[in-house]
Amino acid sequence: MSDTSPGGPHVPGYVRDHDTHPPLSYDGYKSTALRHPRRPLTLLPHMLTEITSPVLGEDRLGAHDHDLTRQHEGEPQGQRIILHGQVRDSDGAPVPHTLVEIWQANAAGRYRHAADTWPAPLDPHFTGVGRVITDAEGRYRFVTVRPGAYPWKNHQNAWRPAHIHFSLFGRAFTQRLVTQMYFPDDPLFFQDPMWLSVPDEQARARMLAHYDHDTTEPEWALAYRWDIVLRGREQTPFESEEEVLEGDE
Amino acid sequence: MTTHPTTPSQTVGPYLHIGLPWPDGPLAVAEGTPGAIWLRGTVYDGAGAPVTDALIETWQADPDGRFDHPDDPRGARHRPGFRGFGRCPTDAEGSYAVLTLKPGPVPGPTGDQAPHVDVSVFARGMLHRVVTRLYFPEEERANAQDPVLSRIEDPRARATLIARQEEDGYRLDIRLQGEDETVFFDI
Repeated sequence: MSDTSPGGPHVPGYVRDHDTHPPLSYDGYKSTALRHPRRPLTLLPHMLTEITSPVLGEDRLGAHDHDLTRQHEGEPQGQRIILHGQVRDSDGAPVPHTLVEIWQANAAGRYRHAADTWPAPLDPHFTGVGRVITDAEGRYRFVTVRPGAYPWKNHQNAWRPAHIHFSLFGRAFTQRLVTQMYFPDDPLFFQDPMWLSVPDEQARARMLAHYDHDTTEPEWALAYRWDIVLRGREQTPFESEEEVLEGDE
Repeated sequence: MTTHPTTPSQTVGPYLHIGLPWPDGPLAVAEGTPGAIWLRGTVYDGAGAPVTDALIETWQADPDGRFDHPDDPRGARHRPGFRGFGRCPTDAEGSYAVLTLKPGPVPGPTGDQAPHVDVSVFARGMLHRVVTRLYFPEEERANAQDPVLSRIEDPRARATLIARQEEDGYRLDIRLQGEDETVFFDI
């Protein structure tokens, strides 16, 4: 890790976690057909641009961004939930002070979006957008309502399981993650290509929140916990960078 | 050794506009900053149709090749008004635009990298993002020695990473699939 090369700094890269993620081409999800590269990806060694990322602070947050039930005059319909968890890297280290963004459908399964026109009601008291910065231990906490399932046109009688979209930055360009959080025991997983696109069953399970009775607030809200794991640092960055940049073809 | 397995990626879906765009997202540098340039382009799918529901994110060094980040071994350096990060949803024509400053050369393990911008593309129909790089056409010498660009042997593929100069900046179209498919990186 020392800077011994005449060329410049060697920096530790991040682990490559291909096994975790869905493929870009997935027959079950029809829209991937024209939107995936056909050529193999080119290996990019992690250098300064890849191991850094924007410093985004509290100035990105509005007053009620952490509480999706208080963004309007009245309260939204639906089951109020506390949704919390910890963001860590694959070494187990917390990822503090990082922006977490969420968006979701309302309790009836309808998004406040011009392109969502299925006949379920909009809720005048629900936008469905939240933002927080993780604390010093990488923890985040939102208050929201449990989203409903909704139909889509991918296949005959297709329904998306209830989910909440998450976007995370981490502390490096390589750690950027956009994903979806699901609720336990959803009966719709068996026909959902998003869920099924993740090849490993154990990896799928890592998209599931857990019911967390200890965090519920009596006579107020149920609670779910969802921990998120971003890529951690490579253990032998020096050698692998050399190999990529200077190795024989 | 990896002790904790990572969380899988999922698509941003068709409704990303609810949550991701920021009012100041396209401004990686404050408006009115001297020397600011627009990076523009259109995202196309494999049928050559514009992708009107994508989101582009850009990340780059400042004009001195520095980052405002503690892991830059030269130390974090903050340049007022410069975020280095741009975020822009594509419009009804599939186009994006990010206002920024041209980055300087960035040190790499075997010498300087040519000025470049890392670009992520998110969209419905993409189960995870794809990543490419934007390089600058006037940097011929630096581009020829760039450790990433110079390892792409096919000149036609290499050309997909080099922006075209325009009046107020640069243009880099992104082709997700097809004959002139953009080079995307395994990061």
